[in-house]
Amino acid sequence: MIAELGHFALILSLMVSLLQATLPLYGASRQDRGLMALASFAAVTAFTLVATSFVCLAWAFVIDDFSVQLVAANSQTTKPVIYKITGVWANHEGSMLLWVLILTIFSALIALFGLNIPKPLKARVLAVQGMIATAFSAFLIFTSNPFLRLAQAPAEGNGMNPLLQDPGLAIHPPCLYMGYVGFSVAFSFAVAALIEGKVDAAWARWVRPWVLLAWCFLTMGITLGSFWAYYILGWGGWWFWDPVENVSFMPWLVGTALLHSALVVERRHALVAWTILLAILTFSLSLIGTFVVRSGVLTSVHSFATDPARGFFILVIIFGATGGALLLYALRIPHVKKGVPFGIVSREASLLLNNVFLVVSAATVFFGTFWPLFIDLFGSDKISVGAPYYNITFVPLFIPIFVIMVLGPFLKWKRDNLKSVLQQLSWPLAVALIFAIAVIGINLAHHLFTAAGIGLSVWIIAGSLWVFVKRTKLFEGSLLQALNILRQTPRAYFGLLLGHLGVGMVLLAITVVTTWQQEKIVTLKVGDQTHIGYYDVTLTKIETIIGPNYEAERGAFALSQGGLTFSVISAEHRYYALQQQQTNQTGIRTNLISNTYIALGDADKSGGWTVRLYYHPMAPWLWIGGFTMALGGFISLSDRRFRVGVAQRDKMATFPIGNTAGVAS
Amino acid sequence: MIRALFAVFIFLASIGSAFAVLPDEMLKDAALEHRARAISQELRCLVCQNESIDDSDATLARDLRMIVRERLTAGDSDAQVIGFVAQRYGNFVLLKPPFQADTVLLWLLPFLFLAIGLFAAWRYFKQPGADTLELENELLKGD
Repeated sequence: MIAELGHFALILSLMVSLLQATLPLYGASRQDRGLMALASFAAVTAFTLVATSFVCLAWAFVIDDFSVQLVAANSQTTKPVIYKITGVWANHEGSMLLWVLILTIFSALIALFGLNIPKPLKARVLAVQGMIATAFSAFLIFTSNPFLRLAQAPAEGNGMNPLLQDPGLAIHPPCLYMGYVGFSVAFSFAVAALIEGKVDAAWARWVRPWVLLAWCFLTMGITLGSFWAYYILGWGGWWFWDPVENVSFMPWLVGTALLHSALVVERRHALVAWTILLAILTFSLSLIGTFVVRSGVLTSVHSFATDPARGFFILVIIFGATGGALLLYALRIPHVKKGVPFGIVSREASLLLNNVFLVVSAATVFFGTFWPLFIDLFGSDKISVGAPYYNITFVPLFIPIFVIMVLGPFLKWKRDNLKSVLQQLSWPLAVALIFAIAVIGINLAHHLFTAAGIGLSVWIIAGSLWVFVKRTKLFEGSLLQALNILRQTPRAYFGLLLGHLGVGMVLLAITVVTTWQQEKIVTLKVGDQTHIGYYDVTLTKIETIIGPNYEAERGAFALSQGGLTFSVISAEHRYYALQQQQTNQTGIRTNLISNTYIALGDADKSGGWTVRLYYHPMAPWLWIGGFTMALGGFISLSDRRFRVGVAQRDKMATFPIGNTAGVAS
Repeated sequence: MIRALFAVFIFLASIGSAFAVLPDEMLKDAALEHRARAISQELRCLVCQNESIDDSDATLARDLRMIVRERLTAGDSDAQVIGFVAQRYGNFVLLKPPFQADTVLLWLLPFLFLAIGLFAAWRYFKQPGADTLELENELLKGD
């Protein structure tokens, strides 16, 4: 009964979304207030219906209703309740329902909080959101229906993949989806602006918080995914250039570009057409990400049976959305009035240059991800593209971004002088060079790349902090005065600081951990001792643990330094009988500077255990850096200018598209 | 994302043993072993998703690791070992795709795109109107 209620709500929401996608559009062109207002009502209704549907499905999981096919296929009675709930999105159908739920959440948020958006624009934005919701609800109902019943309910379900029974993976997909789907708002605003034929600074001001919100979640999602892979896979890797990682990284790269170019539209009324294009591309890449993962097009033939109908359906959605938006773009954008020009040395120019590098980097990831598929389809060979390719192409293309991102905040809008900017930055530059030279000195020039990486990360960290030193006149006035200025500094500045600091931290961590990590693979018997990093490690005992739905062998490892044991960490590998699968629970001891990482393998005949030990200096900062970036985004979002300044429309800022365009004055 | 990861792991798990490089595979000669590890990172485990044989715990990856070590012990150079494996398993085994007719674009497109991007940016800076920058600035004052 509950499942039918969810099913019914889902079908109703498809109907409501269809209304939301059509009538408000007509209403906006006719200036019909009633039809325009319908958009908001429909958006909130669709959200309520999808939320109901989602709760019903979660309920079926919690009460182990194995008459629902999805529950029988993906759950089991002995699973802890928390994983019964997260199990809702740990499968194809449920995760697509989550996708639609998040989409309707964003639509409802626009409807409820976008009170100062002009009615026609709001109606059109919500209509485009409605189109996306319609497409995905139809996809859900017709190809991936989560509410199908079984004629005969089994007594026990098939269980959930043990690797997903993990707190990290419980929150990783919702974060990632908040990012992917959040970019739909930017897309809808872009398409609505193209339909309307008007892009102005106010438009950028409305769209930017949404882009920022989506970007923050995507950043967290990727960071969580990387951390999860690190601790669960048992070989200490944190980024694999795997297709499923790449497809989440591409929207992040282009979304980062969008975030910055929208700033230029807002402040300087330039890069208008480019920003619209980025908004379309970012969401298209998010859709491609969904397609790649859902269709299984890039997974090996050995791995998974996927339904071609699903892949085809999403492909049609991608072509419809991207193709339609790009066609509209091609038709409308030639008439867009050119933005305000700027000098080659200016803040706009630095943002534009970084945009170029970000987009080219994203394109590189795109080629690397899809070229093997392309060759497979049209060529005679089969090739692979892995880390060595990206090291040669992506890495050098990304390095200029690190250089320019520090200069940007010091450059004035419109036009500036490079020499004066470098003079302002002479201290961070000097510090960065000292670090780089010191590294070369220590390593006797063996690690030129390490020196470059450390130099650049110090440049970013010092340069970002320097924004505040300069702003508060720390070395020029009194400390009190500096604190006073700091207090009056808008939050967006802190967002900038943390966002850029985060990048510096991640780069520093990557450089250090890649250069100085240690690995040891040994066979240990109970009582044996080995050494990794600065610690002696003793295997003190091995015990068998019976978990709720698994059995595990757990090794206790004593960490000591100079004969003094200061910590015992446990590493286990679990065996899930129902799924006949093994997983690793690695033992990680961190002091926030470095990680000591232990993974337990199998026993050999003579009672020795295979043990993998790693020393990962600076590794924690990979994820601290990632979260710092996201935190920066959230702090920017809380800037009051996002809320107060929204209503202030600037006549100067209007750039009408089309033949009716007036002169912007 | 999850689904594909899923797939890989289900597959890996079905293969059995829980670890990539095992102690019994490793060569006594540390320098040779170091080279073997570096080579392993350039070779793809054929049955996995974009994993190197160094990272993979599939049986096939283990076999390939053994082959790499055998060839190294026999005195092959790094390039010879990689060539040996590629000859038997095809280009699919190379994580760094070879530079050949059907991968020319793969290798060059990123840099071509960069050139186009920088050229477009340059055109943007040089667009008519940039000369009248000062005038526009006057118009924008107070903004």
